[in-house]
Formats: sequence, structure tokens, C-alpha cells
Amino acid sequence: MSTTVASNALEMRGITKAFPGVVANNQVDFTVRAGEIHALVGENGAGKTTLMNVLYGLVHQDSGEILIDGKSVRISGPRDAIARGIGMVHQHFMLIPVFTVGENVMLGREPVTGPGFYDRAQARKEIAALTRKYGLSLDADARMGDLPVGLQQRAEIVKVLYRGANILILDEPTGVLTPQESKELFGVLRDLVKTGKTIIFISHKLREVLEISDRITVMRRGKVVGHLTTRDTNQEEIATMMVGREVLLRVDKKPAKAGAVAFKVEDLTANSDRGVPALKGVSFELRQGEILGIAGVEGNGQSELMEVLAGTRRATGGRVLLGDKDVTGFDARTERDAGIAFIPEDRRGTGLVLSFSVAENSILGREKAPTFSWHELVLRLIAIREWARKLVKEFDIRTPSIDTAVRNLSGGNQQKVIVAREMGSQPRVLLAAQPTRGVDIGAIEFIHQRIVAERDHGAAVLLVSAELDEIRSLSDRIAVIYEGRIVSIEPPETPEERLGLLMTGGGSATLPA
Amino acid sequence: MTGLSDILHLLYTANLWQAALAAAVLLLLPALGGVISERSGVVNIAMEGMMLTGAFFGVVADLAWHNPWLATGVAILAGGLMALVHAVVSIRFHADQIVSGIAINIFAAGITVFLVNRIYGIQDVGHATQSELLPNFNVPGLDQLPFLGQVLFQQNVVVYAALILLVLVHIVLFRTRLGLRIRAVGEHPQAADTAGINVYLIRYGAVVTSGFLSGLAGAFLAIGVSNTFVPNMTDGRGYIALAAMIFGKWTPFGAFVACLIFGLGQAIYDNNSIIHVSPYLLSMLPYILTLVVLAGLVGRSSPPAADGIPYVPGSE
Repeated sequence: MSTTVASNALEMRGITKAFPGVVANNQVDFTVRAGEIHALVGENGAGKTTLMNVLYGLVHQDSGEILIDGKSVRISGPRDAIARGIGMVHQHFMLIPVFTVGENVMLGREPVTGPGFYDRAQARKEIAALTRKYGLSLDADARMGDLPVGLQQRAEIVKVLYRGANILILDEPTGVLTPQESKELFGVLRDLVKTGKTIIFISHKLREVLEISDRITVMRRGKVVGHLTTRDTNQEEIATMMVGREVLLRVDKKPAKAGAVAFKVEDLTANSDRGVPALKGVSFELRQGEILGIAGVEGNGQSELMEVLAGTRRATGGRVLLGDKDVTGFDARTERDAGIAFIPEDRRGTGLVLSFSVAENSILGREKAPTFSWHELVLRLIAIREWARKLVKEFDIRTPSIDTAVRNLSGGNQQKVIVAREMGSQPRVLLAAQPTRGVDIGAIEFIHQRIVAERDHGAAVLLVSAELDEIRSLSDRIAVIYEGRIVSIEPPETPEERLGLLMTGGGSATLPA
Repeated sequence: MTGLSDILHLLYTANLWQAALAAAVLLLLPALGGVISERSGVVNIAMEGMMLTGAFFGVVADLAWHNPWLATGVAILAGGLMALVHAVVSIRFHADQIVSGIAINIFAAGITVFLVNRIYGIQDVGHATQSELLPNFNVPGLDQLPFLGQVLFQQNVVVYAALILLVLVHIVLFRTRLGLRIRAVGEHPQAADTAGINVYLIRYGAVVTSGFLSGLAGAFLAIGVSNTFVPNMTDGRGYIALAAMIFGKWTPFGAFVACLIFGLGQAIYDNNSIIHVSPYLLSMLPYILTLVVLAGLVGRSSPPAADGIPYVPGSE
């Protein structure tokens, strides 16, 4: 064990950055040793992204100092950061789908011939050299938009390496990956460290943090609340630090008491927005009092499935039965009136009207109900306000008042407004798409408990999530969707590896009965 | 049916195609400007206003200095200045680019009429003499080719310049580093910014270049095709150029094909004295074609992904 401090690749000292109304970073000290994988964890709004944006020059600190390899540096923009050997793989890829891999990687440092012609051949050579050096295979001439996300991310990493990065920042890199792709990514990261690179790994997936990192820095509300050595800690300790109180990571639930078939989907087909078939004959049954999880890599038809069931997308074939009533052609309102509640995956786009108040959002879709309107003409404002107050209390929505525009709430609280509205009507069927995406651990715990509570009240719950952990811990049965078909229905204790394989079209499927 | 056979007959004359090409070039220059601007992510519907401004100042300079080349330079600068206003408003101040474009078109229409009255009083602006106009040029030898000689090689100098610019814009956009960066900025400005590209600089450059090209078109209109300035003389050409750009799927050569179709419509209308179709009906032709194009009947085309979206650094 070396005791010198000279081996710090990066030191950030006393970084403070305030935005109007909030101190995003408050005297943050962050130190990363050369050649380590250092995880930076914290809830949304804890200040991780701001800290990394300061390091990458996208925002400027109010005070504080940055040292790279022991030398104080000023970083006034991404150009500076790149010049200092800092590279960032963003959560939302900085890739241009209509460009080739080569063009994407070279962008900003393009090889040229003559009076400024882009040198395609040289680009190909550069990429070949990089991919050979780091053992990452990539086709320089492939169109970026045609590649699976795993390869797109690989292109992002190659792009950063091409710019000569020594310190790589990866912001939530596994969020969009399948388990297999995540595993491959971890292999790549370990290889990179062997070649002398330093990696900062930002994540909220504690299991992955424990698997890949050497040390961990935990942030909460703009401050660093802990430095941990990975092999001496566990998920519970990290989660407690992140949230500031003990958190239940496992969902506490009793075995399901599945009742009668509530919802029956038969050979359902539908098209995507681009007009190509997204669902190619989906069939399953959903019973009262059970949670059926749909596991799948995003873009395999799960979004379209939820929209067809919620009545916001037209089916091209097949049937949907609620009890013994055919509801296939129903629009969203009649679906709602029939007792189907829907938590859409895009909460800001379809779930809420952002400029409306909490109270107004709390009755969206039910504004014609006699409780809330007089002959569907005049809103009963007093009843609406009472209802909104009740939901805010019951669902612990943190808002200054029920008249606050939901735009001003945090992501977790916005999601709670939707969850409260949809569950508040005691639905027979609950369609929950990505119910905890972008939501903090504390709120996740709460939403999970509510979903299980709905189940226990006898609701039939259909859950779509990109998080396998969420699917496995909540579901009573797991349906795996791949290319618009349910390829298998599995019990919740199915190992992640098998689910991952099924999700990518591999494995021997057990076809649903 | 006599009207239709008249038009068919007309299509066999080199005169018609010669006029069609010249009319197409009037649209091609602003359309090329639109392609450059929108490829960098700034929606530009202000070609009409930039062209009109160019036409006006071109005439003013020409009548003052009796030099069409100098006047053309002034027209180009005037178009560029108008574009700079659009650039500052939509890039620096993140304003809605459609609103800014409309404002510039209305402003250009108003200011040119106002200045006509201030400078020339209520009489005519005055006419440029033959020697003060942008000249025609016959390419020696080639202009004697049957049919094609008259269509391609007996044209105004601006027509040749526009055809060279067409090839140049295509090469720059799709073969050079600069072009790659312009397109990157129009598709995904965050990606370009994080790659160390100056998004604002590229966008300013692209928008102002579109103004230069529209200004040149204005000069061609006022002191090449015509010999004076008339209020609103652009007559919607900037908008038709916009339609041509969309029809051409934001590519220079695609836009050129569209401009040729529109130019042909214009040439047929201009020859209405020898055909027996109502001139009013014919005058609608370019605009009907434009509507058909905009309604997407000629195949859907999608603009650059970040077209029309102001870039705010640090936002997702």
C-alpha cells in the first residue's frame, strides 16, 4: 500500500455551485486515485451531475479548485476538459444517429486532406487502431442509428478514448443496457483500468456499484456524506447514506392470492409510430390480485402494448377482454370508465399537464365524473380541492400547495401525483409503465409498496419496467417480451441471466400455456 | 384542350427552358441558403425578406454608383445583415425562429417601401440602364450547341455563379470537415458542443451565409432580370424557395430539381401570351405546386433533428 497522495488522478476541493434557489454543490471534496474505478452515488438532485458538469466545463463553480495529476487547472469548457484528458460518456448519448460510427467518433477532431476534405479512409484507420488497442470491435462505416444501444455506448467510449482521455466519466452507463451488455461493459471497464485509465462511475444501481467499483463517494443534497471502500460496505449502508434514513431495499410482500381472470389479451397486434408492426400476436391472462411483470429490452413492443391496453393506440388485430367484455376498440375515456388505470412511461409528456396545478392534475381524465363536475359543465372546485388535499396527504406528495404547478415539483413527486391519481380511483386493472423511472430510492420504496397494496386489494397489475430488479422483486409472474412477442412466462425467482438471455432472443423459451 | 396542346408545344422551345433555368436560379440561391441555415439547425423562413432587402439596396447602390458589381456586393451584404438580425434573435436570444422569420419578412416589406418614399419621393425609383445591369454572357463555342446551347450557355452571369455555388455547397456540406460540423450542429448540438465544436459560431456563420445568398438572388432579380425596384417585387419567391428546400429534402441538388419544376411553372406563365389558358390560372401554378409539396404529397422528408430548436448549453 502506497501512502503518497501523488497518485491522485483527480482532486476537486471545496467545490460550491449554486443555482437560483438551490445549492447544487456545497463544499464538495472529491478525490479519485489513478487507475481506480470510483463510484459516485446519490439520489436525483444530490449534485452528482452538477459536480461532473463542473469537471467537464459545462458549468462553472462559484468557488473551489480542481487538480489534475496534482496540478491546479481551470476548465472553462468541454474543449479544456478534453485537452486535460477528461472524457465523458453521457447518460443520454451524444451521438448523431444519421452519421456513421466513424463520423461520430472523429467529430471535433476530424482527419482532413487537402483544403479541408473529411478523410474517411484515415478515420477508418484511426478507429481500427483504437479498437485493436482496447479490444473493442466496431464497424466504422455502420450508421449509428442502426446499432443496438450496447454498441452505441461502445462508440461513445471509443470517441472519448480517441480524444486521449485518461479520466473517463460514465454517467448512469447501464441504464439502457441489457444484463448481458452491462456485463460486457464491465469487462471493458476492467480492461481500460489495466491500460492505466481512471474511471468515474455514476450510478444509482447499488448492486452494480458494489460489483465494479474500488471506492465509493456518496452525495446527498449537494454535500459529500461519505467515502467508502467497496469491499468493506454493503447495499444497505450505501442506501442509508444516500437517503439519510434506513430504506427497505426488498419489497415486502405476501404471496399473491390470484383470483378470477380480469384481463385477457388474445393475439394482439399493433403498429409502432413509424407504422411497422410492433406487436406481433401477444397473448396473456392477468388475474385479480396478481402482478404480471413484462421484462424486455426497451423497444420490443412493451410501450405499444401498454398504449393499446390504455386505449391510446389502435390495435390492428386481436382482442382485449376485460372480464368478458371486449374492450379492444375502446378509447382512453371508456377504458378509464371501465376501471382501467394507466401510469404512462412518459410522465412529463403524457402523464401530466406540467403547467397545471397539482389539484388540476389530480383529476385529469376524471373531470367529467359527477363528483368533480356539475352535469359535465361546471367543475366542482371545492370537491376537487378536497380530493387533491386527500391525495397529497395519503401519497406523501411534497408540494408547497395543491395550487403549485407540477412543473415545479421534483421528478419523484411528479410521479407520485400520477400514481395518486391513478390509484386513487380504486382501479380493477392497473397498467404501470416504468412507474419508478428517474425516481429516488425513497420514493421508489413508497411506490412499490402502493403497487403491492393495490394488488392486495384485488387489482390486477400489469407492470412494465426496464429495471430487471424491479420486475423480479414486484412481479408474481414474469412475461418476457422480445420483438413484439411474449417469448416466455417465468416465475419471479428466475435467475437474471436466464431472463437476460430470453430478453435478447436467446434461451429455450417456455411458451405460455 | 387547346390550352394543353399550347403548353406541350411550348415545351419544345429552347426559349422556354432558357427562361425556366433563369427563373429556377432566382429560387435556387435562397433555397441553397435555406439548406445551409437549416442544416445547422436554424429554421429560416426569412429568405423572402432578405432577398427583398438585397434587391432594394442593390438598386439604390446601382443607381448611385452605376456599377452593377458593386451594387451586387451591397445587395449581398444587405441580405447578410438582415440574416444577422435573424441569427442574433434566434441564436443569442433563443427566440422562436418562425416568429423571427415572419417579423423579418414583414419588416423588410415595410422598410423598403418606407425608404423608397424617403429617397425617391413619390415618383418612380428610376431605371438602371443596360450598362448598369448584371450582364448576360454567352459561353463561346458551347452557346452554338443546338437547343442546349441556348438553354445552358446563353444566360446571365448570376446563373453560372448559382450553378457553381450549387456544386460548391454540396461539396462543402457532404465532403468537408466544415460540412460535417454544420450537420452535426443541426442534428445534435449537445453532441457537437461536447466534442468541442463552437455551436453558436457555426450557426451564425450558416445563417449569415443564407442571407448572402438571398441578397445575391435579390440583386439578380432587381438589376439582372428586371432593371428597377418595385415594392414587394420578390412576390413570394423566398417562400417558394423554402418549399423547394423541403421538397429537396434539405439537399442542394434536391432543392435544385424542385427549383427547376417551379421555374418551369413560372416560365410557362410568363409565356402566357402565346397560349390560350387564363393567365390568372397560370399565375397560380407555382403556388399550387408549393402547396402540393408542403402537403407532403411528394414523399415525406424529415428535417435535421435539431432544426428550429434553440441551443442552450448544459441542457438536455
